[in-house]
Amino acid sequence: MNLKETLRYLGYKGGEADGLTLKLAEDCWRELEQKTVKRTCFREFPLSFREGRIHMGCFETVSTALEKNLRDCRQVVLFAATLGVWADHLIRRYNRLQVSKAVVMQAAAAAMLEDYCDQVYEELRKEYENKGLYLRPRFSPGYGDFSIRCQPELLAGLEAGKRAGITLTDSLLMMPSKSVTAVIGVSPVRRECAVKGCEACDKTDCLYRRETQ
Amino acid sequence: MSCNIMEEISRRKVFCDGGMGSLLQARGLKAGELPETWNVLHPEVLREIHMEYLKAGCDIVTTNTFGANRLKYKPGGPFELGEIVKAAVDNVAWAVKKAGRGFVALDLGPTGKLLKPLGDLDFDDAYDIYREVVVLGCRAGADLILIETMSDGYEAKAAVLAARENSSLPVFATMIFDEKGKLLTGGNVESAVALLEGLGVDALGINCGLGPMQMKGILNDVLTYASVPVIVNPNAGLPRSENGVTVYDIDEEQFAEVMEEIGRMGANVLGGCCGTTPEHIKKLVKRCRDQEQRLPREKNRTVISSYSHSVVIDRDPVIIGERINPTGKPKFKQALREHNLEYILQEAVAQQDHGAHVLDVNVGLPEIDEARMMEEVVRELQSIMDLPLQIDTSDIKAMERAMRIYNGKPLINSVNGKKESMEAVFPLVKKYGGVVVALALDEDGIPDTAGGRLEIAGKIYDKAAEYGIKAKDILIDGLCLTVSSDSKGALTTLETLRGVRQLGGKTILGVSNISFGLPQRENINGAFFTMALANGLNAAIINPNSEVMMKAYRSFRVLADMDGQCRDYIGIYGKKEEGAGEKSRAEAGAREGGTGQSHGLGSCIRRGLKEGAYEAAKALLDKREALDIINEEMIPALDDVGKGFEQGTVFLPQLLMSAEAARAAFDVIKDRMEASGQRQEKKGTIILATVKGDIHDIGKNIVKVLLENYAYEVVDLGKDVAPEHITEAAVRGRVPLVGLSALMTTTVPSMEETIKQLRKDAPWVKVMVGGAVLTEEYARTIGADHYCRDAMASVNYAESVMSGIERAEKG
Repeated sequence: MNLKETLRYLGYKGGEADGLTLKLAEDCWRELEQKTVKRTCFREFPLSFREGRIHMGCFETVSTALEKNLRDCRQVVLFAATLGVWADHLIRRYNRLQVSKAVVMQAAAAAMLEDYCDQVYEELRKEYENKGLYLRPRFSPGYGDFSIRCQPELLAGLEAGKRAGITLTDSLLMMPSKSVTAVIGVSPVRRECAVKGCEACDKTDCLYRRETQ
Repeated sequence: MSCNIMEEISRRKVFCDGGMGSLLQARGLKAGELPETWNVLHPEVLREIHMEYLKAGCDIVTTNTFGANRLKYKPGGPFELGEIVKAAVDNVAWAVKKAGRGFVALDLGPTGKLLKPLGDLDFDDAYDIYREVVVLGCRAGADLILIETMSDGYEAKAAVLAARENSSLPVFATMIFDEKGKLLTGGNVESAVALLEGLGVDALGINCGLGPMQMKGILNDVLTYASVPVIVNPNAGLPRSENGVTVYDIDEEQFAEVMEEIGRMGANVLGGCCGTTPEHIKKLVKRCRDQEQRLPREKNRTVISSYSHSVVIDRDPVIIGERINPTGKPKFKQALREHNLEYILQEAVAQQDHGAHVLDVNVGLPEIDEARMMEEVVRELQSIMDLPLQIDTSDIKAMERAMRIYNGKPLINSVNGKKESMEAVFPLVKKYGGVVVALALDEDGIPDTAGGRLEIAGKIYDKAAEYGIKAKDILIDGLCLTVSSDSKGALTTLETLRGVRQLGGKTILGVSNISFGLPQRENINGAFFTMALANGLNAAIINPNSEVMMKAYRSFRVLADMDGQCRDYIGIYGKKEEGAGEKSRAEAGAREGGTGQSHGLGSCIRRGLKEGAYEAAKALLDKREALDIINEEMIPALDDVGKGFEQGTVFLPQLLMSAEAARAAFDVIKDRMEASGQRQEKKGTIILATVKGDIHDIGKNIVKVLLENYAYEVVDLGKDVAPEHITEAAVRGRVPLVGLSALMTTTVPSMEETIKQLRKDAPWVKVMVGGAVLTEEYARTIGADHYCRDAMASVNYAESVMSGIERAEKG
């Protein structure tokens, strides 16, 4: 149970949560662990930069932030992960019955998804390092100037609908909502990337920003 | 084709073709290019591939129409959907004609969208998308319809209905399961088989997702449950990516070897999916061609399902919760009239928590449109509950609408021995699937004797058979007359139960009728329930919130050797002392508060203690006026919490728990006020909505909970609401304030459009906006009056708008 991140998503910035909220968070984690079936799919594609565009096999785009992230990379791993329809079901259920729990549920689900992404990433990282290749941090559509309009092609390239059940609404929301897609650069050059996730984001006045030293 | 595919399947193993995508890629289909366009652009390539499959020995050749639907081929786009489907069917027909054998299967894949409530596609729209392709495919000359790669039972239902209602062709459906035998949307093999067979598919099975090795376990399950021929179309193996190219862990020969085993296990139709080629099919046909064909035997299982699981009605009794029913419940009636669905949902959840397996749904009230209400309640229930439902109505229109949109195979309550009833209900059961409750009465009323009732049961079975409905899909309700008016009432019912069992039938009873007119009815109900169970009752419609009834049920299971090692019984009663489960809300309140009584109402609200607040309000009402309690205890507490939230010492979950505690207290106070004819003045009406395209509504609901606590009348229009709908509601109610929520940058434009329409048609309206992507500045550019950074900000703004109006009115 990652209660710390759950509380962060709820706006607690390192502050102590009261007993009732903590109990709610624990209940939510338990229900999620019982119900959700996590799924992931990933696939390697060749990477090239031509005429200011980033080409990644099944799609291409223009993004300064992503290009910077993919410096020295030869391939990318396209990545998708989801908690599946049951996390949404639980959030929807409590949204009708007890909004306080829906709010905590959605924070717990977000934390659980992030942990799951980290876990899959870690396995991939080890696999690639055995081949002498290094992974860059996950970079998702919506980060910086990497447009979420890339989602349809990215998901299609992964066959994420069939493999993980991830679909898009007309307004490009991923469904199930607790889903993540990302581009992971693969490079022969090792580089320590201290900054990723929350800390890599430009929005420094965010309510939920992780406190780092 | 002149010969019939079903006849072929009854005689011998029949073969499907294999993959298409990789073969097209090998012939030049580019990434991102829509494969179906090749039907028109390169018909010769498609014909060649179909021909290769026929030469390999396949019988069923699928059209290249997996993704051919109006979502991908939009009207007015570069390719006409009609043209694509026609060409696809023509290409297969050409090959079949040339080969002199084979069947043209119109292929329907998933829409690529998730249906509501999981996603944004309406069930009716999904149906329409499939209907369009079915009509086109039939017109072009398909021999059968193959619905494949379905990971959602609900979507499969839309496709099967579209196929069955718009063609007379055989309909096959295959689903995609994971290694554990689960669908992506939560169902399992048994629930999927119940659903598909209920809808009347001619053959069903599994495809894609897995290689043949991994499918064996799932096939075992399918063979256990299915009564129609079984199809198995696996991928070429488990895929992995090598230098950007997909390769499989087994070769053609190994594939065929496992398929031979799958044929021996009992699959009737065999083929391949992703990665399989004519070579795979050739080797598979060679190995399986001469295998003996055994069609599945009829499984005599009575099964209903929700989208997540099935419930088998057999020896181990099934509890059907009876509480969603307005009869004799003034509060429930009021909830229906006021369209208070939350009340109904709470009833549903309480019954599930108390152990119901199925929920009866009855929303009949003379002054409401029952069909509309039934559809709405079923949709709502299945969006938050995973229990199968029993659709309970005598209104045939309501029954059909509920059955159509129900996500699974429902219980239907009820049909009876009257000709008129059977002629109305049986066609629906045949079309949509379901298990139907059959009351043992007819034009002459309820027979006095068990013999008379069994005779009617026999008549019902016979009539059902004429419609093709099997006895296993009927539950006989032997009816119980109240013992206070007929002293043999119970005995006659029990005799009927035994009689139906001797016929091999299944039974159901509404148990609580028996005690009508007697004091302390639970005494009689509990005893009769045990007797009925001992006489073989399979399903009981009871109040699961009644501890007496659930004790009878759980004890019976122990005594009748249905609760292995008394595990369920000990699980429930082992930790509790005698009398547990009947704890009052006061005790619960004491539990959550730790010290119980010592907390005042204000303190309970500040701490977010719901039960405590409820009890405290009740106690206070004996001493003080309702309005004083609200103004002197509750509002100050809510203000404190609100301020704490703004200052960052109280966080969102606490703010909401406090609001919920206050709400529980309000409910008691409201009841008391209404009883004495008082009313709490509302401060004004506010419309809330999540804008078109956005389907997140937690934020909006948070605001709603808080505004209601501050005595505003909230009109909640829901999520994904069109601008014109919001505007119309604002104009109709001449509402002073509208709150809009949007979560995504992609849906902010529809927020802007909504504001534009409001300015035009409802210029008096103030608009407040909120949501993850919005900022003060962004809100200003789209023309909003106020940006709310959090839920309390919306309360503060509402207070200022409403008090401004009040001042203006006074001045």
